[in-house]
Order: sequence, then C-alpha cells, then structure tokens
Amino acid sequence: MLNWWRELSKRRRVRFWRGVSYVVFVVLTAAFLLAVDWARVVDTMFRPEIVADQFPDILLIAAKNTIIYTILGFIGGLALGLVLALMRLSQSRPFRWAAATYIDVVRGIPLLVWILLIGLGVPIALGIRVPTTFGPGALALSLVMGAYMAETIRAGIEAVDRGQMEAARSLGMSYSKAMIWIILPQAFRLMIPPLTNEFILLLKDTSLVSAIGVTVTTKELTRWGRDGVIHSANATPLVVAGLVYLLLTIPMTRFVSRLEKKAARSR
Amino acid sequence: MTSAIEIKDLHKSFGDLEVLRGIDFQVAVGEVVCVIGPSGSGKSTLLRCVNRLEEPTSGTILIEGEDITDPDTDTDAVRRRIGIVFQRFNLFNHLSVLENVTIAQRKVLGRSKAEANEIGLANLERMGVVEKAGEFPRRLSGGQQQRVAIARALSMEPDMMLFDEATSALDPELVGEVLGAMRTLAEEGMTMLVVTHEIGFAKGVADRVVFMDEGVVVEDGPPSRVLVDPEHERTRTFLRMVLEGE
Repeated sequence: MLNWWRELSKRRRVRFWRGVSYVVFVVLTAAFLLAVDWARVVDTMFRPEIVADQFPDILLIAAKNTIIYTILGFIGGLALGLVLALMRLSQSRPFRWAAATYIDVVRGIPLLVWILLIGLGVPIALGIRVPTTFGPGALALSLVMGAYMAETIRAGIEAVDRGQMEAARSLGMSYSKAMIWIILPQAFRLMIPPLTNEFILLLKDTSLVSAIGVTVTTKELTRWGRDGVIHSANATPLVVAGLVYLLLTIPMTRFVSRLEKKAARSR
Repeated sequence: MTSAIEIKDLHKSFGDLEVLRGIDFQVAVGEVVCVIGPSGSGKSTLLRCVNRLEEPTSGTILIEGEDITDPDTDTDAVRRRIGIVFQRFNLFNHLSVLENVTIAQRKVLGRSKAEANEIGLANLERMGVVEKAGEFPRRLSGGQQQRVAIARALSMEPDMMLFDEATSALDPELVGEVLGAMRTLAEEGMTMLVVTHEIGFAKGVADRVVFMDEGVVVEDGPPSRVLVDPEHERTRTFLRMVLEGE
C-alpha cells in the first residue's frame, strides 16, 4: 500500500509534507478566527474611547517613567558591572572571589524578589521612608543589572588582543592607565551590540517595578496599564501599554541586528 | 662604563618547561646585538624578560646598572627607558597613527599635546610614514604599521630598543623597508637588542651576534666569526639550514 510513497522522489516527499503542514496551519487559524467572538474581544481589550483616554498621559508620564527607570538602571548597572568585571580580572584572589559570589547570588534570585526586597524589606529593616519609587526601583535594577553586565564587560575586555596590553605596558603605562586609555575603549566597541540587547531586556524588566508602591507621577507603563484596568474595568489600558513597549523595543532590536550584521562583515 | 643591558645567570621556566637555562651576556651602550637561533630556543622569552613582560625565574638583569629583577624596582619607570617592537606590531587600533605615537607621551610623560605631536611627527618622519599620521592602523600595510610601531617606541625617547622578530609577520616584499628603518636607527647610534631570523641584517648591521639554542647561549662574538666561521657544530648546522632556505 505504501508503494506509491516509496516511489516518490525525496523532493516530492518534502513538498508533500510542506503541503500538509500548510493545510493544518490554515485550518487551525481559521477555526480560531471563527470560534472567537470578535465583538466581545474588541469591547474588552480595545475600546476606542478608552484608547483615546490613555493619550497623551501614557506617553508623557508612563512611557517617560519607563525610560527613566531604564536609563537609571542601565547607568548604575554599567558602573557596577565595570567594577565587578575588573574585580573578576584582578590578580587578587579575594576580589575575584567576592565578585564571583556577588554575581552568582544576584543572578540566582529572580529580579522580582530583589525589587520587593529592596522596595519593601529594606525600608522597614532600616527604618527609613523612601520618598519616591525611583530610588528603590532604580537601585534594585542597578544592583541586578550590574551582575549581568559584569559578565558582558568581562567578555569584552578579554576579547581585546593581549598584545594591546603588552604594548601599552611596554610604553611605561601602569595597568590602570592601559585599561582606561587602551583596553576599555576597544572593549566597549565590541560590547555595543550585547549591551544594547541588555538595554532592551532591562526596558522590559522595568515592568517589575510596578510591584512596589508608586505615586501617580512615578507610574511606569505596566503599572499604568494595571491601574487603568482597575479604573475602567476593561483590559484596553494594558493592551495600549503593551503597544507602547513595542514602539520602544522594535526600533532598538532592529538597531542591534544592524550592528551585529555590520560587526560580522568587518570581521 | 656600565653596560646598557647586563644579564647574569638568567633562568625562566613555564611550569616544568625550562626555556632559559642560565643566560649570560651584555650589551654595551650604542651596541647592536642580534640574537639568532632556531624557534623555541628561548630568544623571544629572553627579550621579554629584559623589560619584564615575562618574570624571570632566577638570575639578574641590570639595565644601565640598575637591577630590574629587584622586586622594589618601579617596572613602569624601567619600561619607559626601553622601547620594544613586537612581531605583530600591536598598534592601538582605536587610535589614529598620530595618537598611537603620542598617547604614552601624554599619559606617561605628561607632555602637552603640542609637544607630543611635534615629537611624534618627527619620529613618523624619521620612519618615513609621516603622511599616514591621520590614518587608522588597519588601513596601513604591515611594513607601514611596523614602522609606526618603531616611531611609537622612539617617541618615548628610550635609551635602548628591543626588536622581537620585527619582520617575521611581514609579507616578504615588505621586510626590506622595516629592516632599512632599523638599519638607520643603528647607524644613528641606538643601543639595540634584535631577535631576528634575518641573517643578512645581522651580518651587515650587528656589532655582535649571539647564537642561542635550547635555552643557552652557544656562541657570542662579532658577525664575521659567528656567522662566517662559527666554532660550534650546532651553529654551523643552523646557519646551513637557514641559508639553504633563502
């Protein structure tokens, strides 16, 4: 019975399976589109008047705050990551050990837990009242990003040819002068694509800051969407918030893939 | 008069492998000494010990009478007096040619930008690459890059220059321009310690030739003796092999 199948050429068999998978795909998609009550979906998730209500504040307040968290977390993470990376590369064993421990501990616990600990636990433990959420939110993001970026930065430094350090030292430069003027400028050039990727990940991770208390002026996109859902008893604000994230992340993703293609060509 | 470089009973091991097994020799001020020998004989390691890119296992190295193997020696200060040129150039790829020859002058010697530029350009001129001052190293040929590397070392106004197989990574047609630059330098009276495979250069330029094999100095003398009429069989075998290759 399977004789007809055996007689088919390899190319025809491939074409046959491709045809089968297309049919399955189309049937499943059509079934989904027909089964869903679209009027209800639009009514609960994309009501035009609620969409209109979000603007312009979702951009002027929420998106702006998301960007502020991202930039604060990125700068803090970059500074901490650089220190950790240099400690990892240090001749001193205690420095290497301390940095490795920090990186393992921080990366081994979810970001949300860190944000809750720093945003809720630490103020109670230390008996301080933090006036704005930018503080603990940005602090938690910086401390965690530092651990992730340390590995990116270390890889960048190690990717610079050893001869560069030798040449710099032979000219009488100290280790730190050679690092600052010769190694790091070249390492950061290599790190631009991975660091941009981490910037995008961080931008999305700022949504976790919504878990700790916020005032009206410091809401970021996710909190904005969530509060909007509660107020309007409708999911539309969250959908709009999601679209604003896309507006920010897609151009950056494109930018990174362009950089990576360029780097691949010049290699 | 103190020697520029004086090496006494120098040993260097990498793990179990002993690369230098008791080296003794001197380089006088203004002298050009070429070190030849088969690959793996320890020539490059010897050179790298002289400016402490490699840490000697034991023995002493005196630079102008100062013991640089003493742990209290300021290594950075010693290196300022010794220029080194590497096989693979090691130019700073993120900096222009002019910045390559000025950055250490400014960051180490604290020279002003104007002064560093003046000295840097003079040395690029001396090496015949001054018209490349504004280019980036990657755009230069190997020979041009190596001449920039020499100019970079000279801009620190060192007392002596070390050359670590400076022409080995070059295409054959580019070797001549770099050897020419080195010859000019030798004629100007620079103290030079040159690790090389270029027997012709050693014959024409060196005051003394040192033949090394298996981590020891086998023969040390004027080129007319070491290269023409060596005492040791090992030297003769090596020279025969090198000259046949040419």
